Amino acid sequence: MAALTRPGRANGLAGLLYRPEVRRVVYQVLILGAVAFAAWWVVDNVAANLRRQGIVAGLDFLGETAGFDISQSLIAYSNLSTYGRAFWVGLLNTLLVAVLGIVAATVIGFVIGIARLSSNWLVARLAGAYVEIARNLPLLLQLFFWYAAVLQTLPSPRQSYVLPLGAYLNVRGLHLPAPVAQPGFWAVALALAAGLAVAVAVWFWARRRQALTGERFPAFWTGLAAIVVLPLLAFLAAGLAFAVAVWFWARRRQALTGERFPAFWTGLAAIVVLPLLAFLAAGSPLRFDYPQLQGFNFQGGITLLPELIALLLGLSIYTASFIAEIVRAGILGVSKGQTEAAQALGLSRGRTLRLVVVPQAARIIIPPLTSQYLNLTKNSSLAVAIGYPDLVNVFAGTVLNQTNKHAVEVILITMGVFLTLSLLTSLFMNWFNRRMALVEG
Amino acid sequence: MAATGTATTSPLPPRARGALLWLRENLFSSWGNTLLTLLALWLIWQAVTTVLGWAVLDATWQGKDGSACHAGGACWPFASAWFGQFMYGRYPEPERWRVNLTYALALAGLVPLMVPRVPGKPWTLLYLLAAFPVLAVILLSGGVLGLAHVPTDLWGGLLVTLVIASTGIAAAFPLGIVLALGRRSAMPIVRWLSIGFIEVIRGVPLITVLFMASVMLPLFLPEQWTIDKLVRALIMVALFSAAYMAEVIRGGLQAIPRGQFEAADALGLSWAQKMGLIVLPQALKLTIPGMVGTFIGLFKDTSLVLIIGIFDLLGIAHAASAAPAWLSPSTPMTAYAVAGFIFWIFCFGMSRYSQMLERRLEAGGERVVAKAAYE
Repeated sequence: MAALTRPGRANGLAGLLYRPEVRRVVYQVLILGAVAFAAWWVVDNVAANLRRQGIVAGLDFLGETAGFDISQSLIAYSNLSTYGRAFWVGLLNTLLVAVLGIVAATVIGFVIGIARLSSNWLVARLAGAYVEIARNLPLLLQLFFWYAAVLQTLPSPRQSYVLPLGAYLNVRGLHLPAPVAQPGFWAVALALAAGLAVAVAVWFWARRRQALTGERFPAFWTGLAAIVVLPLLAFLAAGLAFAVAVWFWARRRQALTGERFPAFWTGLAAIVVLPLLAFLAAGSPLRFDYPQLQGFNFQGGITLLPELIALLLGLSIYTASFIAEIVRAGILGVSKGQTEAAQALGLSRGRTLRLVVVPQAARIIIPPLTSQYLNLTKNSSLAVAIGYPDLVNVFAGTVLNQTNKHAVEVILITMGVFLTLSLLTSLFMNWFNRRMALVEG
Repeated sequence: MAATGTATTSPLPPRARGALLWLRENLFSSWGNTLLTLLALWLIWQAVTTVLGWAVLDATWQGKDGSACHAGGACWPFASAWFGQFMYGRYPEPERWRVNLTYALALAGLVPLMVPRVPGKPWTLLYLLAAFPVLAVILLSGGVLGLAHVPTDLWGGLLVTLVIASTGIAAAFPLGIVLALGRRSAMPIVRWLSIGFIEVIRGVPLITVLFMASVMLPLFLPEQWTIDKLVRALIMVALFSAAYMAEVIRGGLQAIPRGQFEAADALGLSWAQKMGLIVLPQALKLTIPGMVGTFIGLFKDTSLVLIIGIFDLLGIAHAASAAPAWLSPSTPMTAYAVAGFIFWIFCFGMSRYSQMLERRLEAGGERVVAKAAYE
């Protein structure tokens, strides 16, 4: 290209414009000029419009009293709190529904995705029907369906559905027993933390040992145990005997073979035994506060608002249909030769899955999965349509309506929050991709 | 032993063939599988009886208002009374032929475009992108050629859903190409502007963008300028989907082998010729499934405009479910079921169409960019 344009150079100024590098600069200056002009025009219009309405832009309004109530708040809030406080309440509510929704959508999505690959014809078809129905209906319609057509037609508190374990479901929401920490509960919490620390230490040690000796170690399961099994088993009295037995078994096994230290069980035992001992020593310092019908509504316990339930149902069912497709594609993306090679090496079915298929499928699954998580978080803004007090509803809704003069600031802050979340996600993605590329190389 | 050879190769028992064998292999191959099958059968039974009971057995078929609908099932007289609203919103009844004519004109372009065998695709596309929008605006809005003017706040229902989705996608298409080329440009300022726009739009929920349209856009413009509410939403939806479209097209551009770019350079083609004649025709073909995916996402997301007070299909359903004349416990469910059915038919049809295209392209040995990047 350069060779063709070069002869033009002789013709002075006109020829200069034919040189690609000159033209690039000219184009960019023109485009930058146009964008700068547009930006100036918009800013000038905004300034003129604000001046005409007598508005002084700024964030001072965040310190003013909000004067409205919010139906659900994770931090102390009353109608005497400030707009700034209302912002945090909304943000935390958004994060709450996002985290709960992500957990639920992941569980449903993986189950459906694996079911779609089931050798059972009926199960595979059923999972396929779920995906086709859930992803081809607008999320907002699903939210209205759950909220207006299902949850709003539930009976009044006096005719509540009685659920197991002292829970009640009615038009006002789902009432659950609330765990209440008694004095001395800190000991259990401390023991839990200690158990977690032990598990993490074991994990690091196992990694180093594998790097040094090449011996594999079920670090993934140790981690899973630390996260999932830990809170569950911590309160099971029967677990104590089990954990101690495992502990002795592990010691004897180590003494006999000397080679393969079963640190998984050590970690598990540490997690289970420590909190249990602390729990018993402190005299079972955890009581449950049960919801009770008083007058026209339930008092006590935890109440999940119908808005929250509808939003969770809608978000997780909708997003799960996309996650299911991602999981399915990820598993199908691992070539059949990998499974066959693993079987030829004599690995069991479980080990084939764990050591060969899952690590490779994860590489395919995790990037689109992360973007689904981000989508779910962004979609949680539909809360505004059914009245769940999330960031958009509280801040870009109520606060904006009350402080109409500060619409620009409110919208920009709201967008800024979501942009930050998405930036953090892409940073994680870049880190993850780099890590995966290293493993491959 | 040779004499007994025929006896040892006796045929399989007859009952292990056909449907029975299929059942045993696919549904009852093991204990676990049998349990799963029974569970699935139970789920299907539950779903079918619930839906059938609600839609047929317990449904109300006759009635003049909501008081008739207390059987617990669907309230069908409500659905038929509101059907016109679901389709056209408050568009005046004597003028509704104009909407139907617009649909017919759209189909006249879409059907030849979507059937792979029909020739003359560039001309059909030109008709759809240049002639049809003008005709549609004249027909729908009126005010010229003796057609009565119908202001956009009377538009509603499926009409608005289709108007927003198709305008959004038609405007997003050229804009997306520009942004995708900009993102891959060698000029840093162009590249960074494109990246900035795409990532900011993709990082925020559509609803904040729509809020921006309803509260901030008036501030951005000089005092005397006023923009129709529907047009404001259209602009924002178009900008929003352009960012997603750009990412789909970028995927297509990345799938074009380097040799194609180099060959174009070697022939001495200018940048515009290289892109317009060599790269884009190949890249866009690869991205058709992804674009259909983006369109499905956009079609579903048009329902968000109800939050800023525009009555699309879901907006009408939402309003109808609270209509005083038809107030009954089963009205909301009926309204959402009708709207959901229409949405589902469109989305499912389009997703099947995109899968068909994908298979065709793959059969032709192409690397398809199916990722819609927009859900």
